[in-house]
Amino acid sequence: MSVPTTSPLPPSAGIIETEGLGRAFGELWAVRGLTLNVRRGEVFGLVGPDGAGKSTIIRMLTGILPPTEGAATVAGFPIEGGEEQLKTRISYMSQRFGLYADLTVEENLSFYGDLYEVPRRERGPLEERLLGFSNLTPFRKRLASNLSGGMKQKLGLACALIHKPEILFLDEPTNGVDPASRRDFWRILYAMLKEGVTVFVSTAYLDEAERCSRVGLMHGGRMIQCDTPQRLKQGIPGRLVELEAGQPRAALEILSGRFDSGHVSLFGGKLHLYADSEEEVAQALAALGEAGIEVLGAKSIPPTLEDVFIQQVTHTPQEAVS
Amino acid sequence: MWERIYRMLVKEFIQVLRDSRMKALIFVMPVIQLIMFGYAVTTDVDHIRTALCDLDKSPQSMALIERFTGSGYFSLVESTDRPGRLGELLDRSQATLAIQINPGFADDLRAGRQAVIQTIVDGTDSNTGTVAMDYSLRITQAFSREVGAPVALAGLAQPGLAPIDLRTRAWFNPDLKSRYFNVPGVIAVILLLTSLLLTSMAVVREREIGTMEQLMVTPILPLELILGKTLPFALICLADVLAVTAVGVLWFHIPIYGSLWLLLAGAILYLMSTIGVGLFISTISHTQQQALMSSFFFYLPAVLLSGFMFPISNMPRAAQWLTYLNPLRYFLVIIRGIFLKGSGLEALWPQFAALAILGIALLSISSTRFQKRMA
Repeated sequence: MSVPTTSPLPPSAGIIETEGLGRAFGELWAVRGLTLNVRRGEVFGLVGPDGAGKSTIIRMLTGILPPTEGAATVAGFPIEGGEEQLKTRISYMSQRFGLYADLTVEENLSFYGDLYEVPRRERGPLEERLLGFSNLTPFRKRLASNLSGGMKQKLGLACALIHKPEILFLDEPTNGVDPASRRDFWRILYAMLKEGVTVFVSTAYLDEAERCSRVGLMHGGRMIQCDTPQRLKQGIPGRLVELEAGQPRAALEILSGRFDSGHVSLFGGKLHLYADSEEEVAQALAALGEAGIEVLGAKSIPPTLEDVFIQQVTHTPQEAVS
Repeated sequence: MWERIYRMLVKEFIQVLRDSRMKALIFVMPVIQLIMFGYAVTTDVDHIRTALCDLDKSPQSMALIERFTGSGYFSLVESTDRPGRLGELLDRSQATLAIQINPGFADDLRAGRQAVIQTIVDGTDSNTGTVAMDYSLRITQAFSREVGAPVALAGLAQPGLAPIDLRTRAWFNPDLKSRYFNVPGVIAVILLLTSLLLTSMAVVREREIGTMEQLMVTPILPLELILGKTLPFALICLADVLAVTAVGVLWFHIPIYGSLWLLLAGAILYLMSTIGVGLFISTISHTQQQALMSSFFFYLPAVLLSGFMFPISNMPRAAQWLTYLNPLRYFLVIIRGIFLKGSGLEALWPQFAALAILGIALLSISSTRFQKRMA
């Protein structure tokens, strides 16, 4: 399946460009045929379930995992041959944040500053600002091991920003982080965007993907869709109906028997029915009536990215993902 | 470049010194080990448990027994009148040596005939057995020289009153104290274990907690990363050399005749090899557990095939060839030479050269394997 090239943003040279990028581990392809163009100042979201190849892409783009096929340039440097130069321009926060638990907040921050050779005189105000940003100033003498999950993750972000990178790669940064810290985290990211930083983030949370300027949907190592969240949602044909039924689980079973997989799903007590036409909706309501399930309400709703993702994944031909 | 290495070093020291258990492991354990080994690892044989059956009960037989017990090498565990009892005591390992003096011993001596006493030694521990036999022989020889009559140990080829009076003198360690020989060896072994484990575990630990991946995306050069992960441990191990040497000299009164500087220089070359091996282990291990197992897999043969306890010259040819790859082999010669003989570079240069070659080779192999890449 080809990746749509249309984009609401004016075309320009991408800060990340990949061409047929792929990586195999033994016989197994973790990522295959990735052609992508990320523009400066974007928040690009890589969305997909675990094992879809998100981390592999990020590791290739940060120059620590050589690709099996294809090529890519990041910040103007090829990922093979230019990986050491590109490392000075980018920042990467791995899933585990990569902090030293036995160093304090301050020591972690200044260690990463040292590795990137940030001049000492610039360091002071920058550290203050980053600590302030992440609300870590009162904890600067605390060992990283004694921080909460959310604070650890914000410290990881602060460490990643100490050398003012052009691109910030984040691999599932908010995995297992409480909602308040997640909000804080995105607040910091938006502030970075204002300063012209490009953010490349992978996530399994679709609500986070909504915050991205463009989203690539990953499935089985392939990017099956790539566009703005808005267009992705408009792009699905047919209509989405939200049903409120007396016995949602029973209703789900009945409708699942009548529709293809992926057309019916349960969203917190309510059923989402993805129908091709108005007729199909009527048929579904009739089927529920026959089964004696009371339908309390049915209304058309705009699809969320989650709906798009489920619809896309189930409609992707098998050969495209194998 | 040096700035970044220095920062890595500082970080590593903060981590080690902040952890009180780690501090104890690095600085206290080697000293405790040396003290333990210094007392326990001894091949000196004294207080041989001796059983006695004196059936002669003459002033002469008592004088001979007095020689045995007075020498300090033998302690009498039981005196019996029943010869069969000696066998029982040996069987139960309650005695290592049994002496039987038959009736007529004094008569033989007076008549100028050869007087015979029976000694039986437990040969299970061949080293102790041989030494016990040797001591017995010397005591009886001295005794017969004094009384002017030949006394023989039954069943042993006996030079009797030797026409040649052989007088041996041991150099460098005149009292032949095994501790003098062992304590420097223990220092070398402790150093091997400490440097091997510190290096292999430190790198793998960063891989386990995910900081290695984070380090790999920084612009740090592979060489800086390697030096940053090895220099701190080299320095810690050198501090250990000083601490353990001080204990050896001040506590065990091991003489150090040679130059301390030469010893440190040798230790640096030695650490290059052991840290090279540790680094290599870290490149093939994914977890700390694997690193630990691999370290011991190297450590044990390295100790056994080094001449630490068993002389290399006694090993089969193939094993002897293998010892040429063992850094401990060379460092043992260096440290023992410097401690006991006061050897200088003019005597030890082959060992220094071998360690340098081995160290550079091992470090280069490990460094090429140590990449700033994953998988």
